[in-house]
Amino acid sequence: MPRRKGAPEVNAGSMADIAFLLLIFFLVTTTIETDAGLDRMLPPIEPPDTDVVIKQKNIFTVNINKNGQLLVEEQLMSLEDLKEAAMDFLDNGGAPSGSPEYCNYCKGSRDASSSDNPQKAIISLKNDRETKYSTYITVQNELVGAYNELRNREAQRLYRRDFTEMEAEYLNPETPSSVRDELKDKVKAVQELFPQKLSEAETSSN
Amino acid sequence: MAKFAKKKEGDLPAVSTASLPDIVFMLLFFFMTVTTMKDSSLLVENQLPNANQIKKLEKKDRVIYIYVGKPTREYVSVFGEEPKIQLNDKFANVDEVGSYILAERAKKPQELQNVLTTALKVDRGANMGLIMDIKQELRKVNALKVNYTTYEGDAFNNLQ
Repeated sequence: MPRRKGAPEVNAGSMADIAFLLLIFFLVTTTIETDAGLDRMLPPIEPPDTDVVIKQKNIFTVNINKNGQLLVEEQLMSLEDLKEAAMDFLDNGGAPSGSPEYCNYCKGSRDASSSDNPQKAIISLKNDRETKYSTYITVQNELVGAYNELRNREAQRLYRRDFTEMEAEYLNPETPSSVRDELKDKVKAVQELFPQKLSEAETSSN
Repeated sequence: MAKFAKKKEGDLPAVSTASLPDIVFMLLFFFMTVTTMKDSSLLVENQLPNANQIKKLEKKDRVIYIYVGKPTREYVSVFGEEPKIQLNDKFANVDEVGSYILAERAKKPQELQNVLTTALKVDRGANMGLIMDIKQELRKVNALKVNYTTYEGDAFNNLQ
């Protein structure tokens, strides 16, 4: 009986079918999305021990009614103008020069009847129980956008980079830790220039 | 006759499919690496709103999901048209949110328990009343870090 040369070749013709089967399984059971969204901190439930007195001029009130209309500082406003108005308020720097609260990086109108400085400025958001979620997200997005734009401006001035870009790199787990440590200080510094003070009151039911 | 048939050049040689498995495996590995497993099937409609000032939720193991929306078509007859909360694989009431968060938190390793984020995946048609109730529940169990999950896009598209 003649000996064969080597082992017989295995037929790999069905390999493609098996691979396709696996591929289709993964296509069906997985999703490609990576989640992204607006990060927010809720206020702790226990009220602060000491009552803090906040001047009315340091509060920027935004009310959303059930039809999605905005009442900003007692005036009706369209959503398109909200970001601009919030930026004007935050960047106002109304404290007179020489006082300890003077804001030396603000580029606003320095109106004495608006906010003293960005550290003091608070945006108060109030909405109705029947407000649509999509409207609420749009308002949140515009307010966060106002903060981000101002922070970007300061980050450009100090570090020649956008704040949002630095923050994304800082939060990305793939960034090497040496870079992150360096970024951490910068991110913190810019955040302190324009701290995000966005308070949300309980909804009104009427 | 055989002579003629041999000379004929019209027949194309068969395309070799030997590299097909390689190509398919390449696709397979691509999908295996860039996608993630679905952890629960949706019982509610979940058309998220758009926003452009968004941050990515980087670490999936630190996230607890809460879905809110109108029940999908097959559940409308049972649960009605009003937006409902979905926790894991079932519908829930507002007062169950707190215990759900605590249970999920207890499942995570000790070192992650303080850095958890609650991702609210809310349909754009939902009302804020329900969201406010959920937020109140989250505050009660001290889960203060929330993420309103959105799609990336122009926020003004939400208003149409």
